[in-house]
Amino acid sequence: MARVKPFVLRCIGAALIFMTPALSLAVDITVSAASSLTNAFAEIGKAYEKAKPGTKVLFNFGASGALLQQLSRGAPVDVFASADVETMDRAEKQNLLVPGTRTIFASNRLVVIVAQAAGSIPASLDQLASPAVKRIAIGIPDSVPVGRYAKAALEKANLWTKLEPKLIFTQNVRQSLDYVSRGEVDAGFAYATDAAVVPDRVHIAFEVPTQAAILYPIAAVKGNGEENAARDFVRFVQSQAGQQILAKFGFGKP
Amino acid sequence: MFGQAVIPLALTLKVAGFATLFALILGGLFGYLLARFSFWGREVLDAIGTLPMVMPPTVLGYYLIVLIGRRGWIGEWLDRTFDVTLMFTWQGAVIASTIVAFPLVFKSARAAFEGVDAHLENAARTLGASELRVFARVTLPLAWRGILAGCMLAFARAMGEFGATLMVAGNIPGKTQTLSLAVYDAVQAGRDDLANFFVILTSTVCVLILVGSGRLLKPRH
Repeated sequence: MARVKPFVLRCIGAALIFMTPALSLAVDITVSAASSLTNAFAEIGKAYEKAKPGTKVLFNFGASGALLQQLSRGAPVDVFASADVETMDRAEKQNLLVPGTRTIFASNRLVVIVAQAAGSIPASLDQLASPAVKRIAIGIPDSVPVGRYAKAALEKANLWTKLEPKLIFTQNVRQSLDYVSRGEVDAGFAYATDAAVVPDRVHIAFEVPTQAAILYPIAAVKGNGEENAARDFVRFVQSQAGQQILAKFGFGKP
Repeated sequence: MFGQAVIPLALTLKVAGFATLFALILGGLFGYLLARFSFWGREVLDAIGTLPMVMPPTVLGYYLIVLIGRRGWIGEWLDRTFDVTLMFTWQGAVIASTIVAFPLVFKSARAAFEGVDAHLENAARTLGASELRVFARVTLPLAWRGILAGCMLAFARAMGEFGATLMVAGNIPGKTQTLSLAVYDAVQAGRDDLANFFVILTSTVCVLILVGSGRLLKPRH
């Protein structure tokens, strides 16, 4: 009996050590956000971690449609920020969001970008049909919001069928940005905020008016245990600190 | 929707077919050279030839962009001289698939050629056969099974190529959207029905090809 006691004490000690991460106040939240939010949210994440010491924010950037697919299949994500209302609507319909946490936090503008070293620069959607423009990068409309916005604008201008043979469909807006800055395509559809990320490699040829405003919704995701921290993060994005960072990167007011 | 599925399948078969052919020619040649000739740096060359098998496909995709992109080493020359580019073309997809399939043929070919008994070749030489005849009548008949096995693996690898193709081919439906890209896009768009159909179609075709070529490999007794 006397020999068992130290052993039991050691077992309890080991158990306590293993339980420490659960007992500590450190919180990890995972945020799935649209590719266009990459730079702004990385900075918001850092600011949030500073404001709430002990919290770590992990980011998962991608096309909003792709992110939704991950959520549908049970990805352990706490917050979802998409580049269009339609994808968030789909998330809501699939019962993935915490009710009452959804809100619009920013807006953006659709533009056509060209490489900095480009020769002839199109000045309007019609000019994209000229033979000087051989290839145009556009997000896949089914899963990438910027592609959807661009397709809607082109269809409205009756240019979709004409331009379709020239289109290169990309996985997300950042791949379009990359192709344009490398000169692999002559023009690309992106957001004004993306052009601002690499001003030395691309510039905006012209802005494309869209029928509906480009609004970015954010919401807390159900069922991952960190609902309070998720709500907190959503609140931070809407706060003055968060909005200032978004404005710095060129996003418009919600 | 089901008619829609035939296009990426036909394109994938075309790309994989050409890639396997080029991999066979290059891999077979490379394998023969490294099996027959001993020289300083031979194993280094072997390692370089095996590299595409070891590297992540997206790394290969990036190398390809650096090489054949419009401002790339080869790409810029092609653009200036012929006003032609390999990016976003099915030919570019073939290049990507050839590179990833090459090590599979090369390794198998080298092993197959090394497995040919040198005595048999020498016997043919003493009987007066020219080098070409030795190769055609002795070496190749003994080595072709191993090379063909490598080709089957290469074809399977080329059919499934995704990472490098994603970066280089441009995902143009009907022109460069291979089956692997089509499945990926269908899943991203929430079109599980389409993705399921693509997957079943690809699996059936692959099984048929593998069973068929397996029959070819069976030695006749």
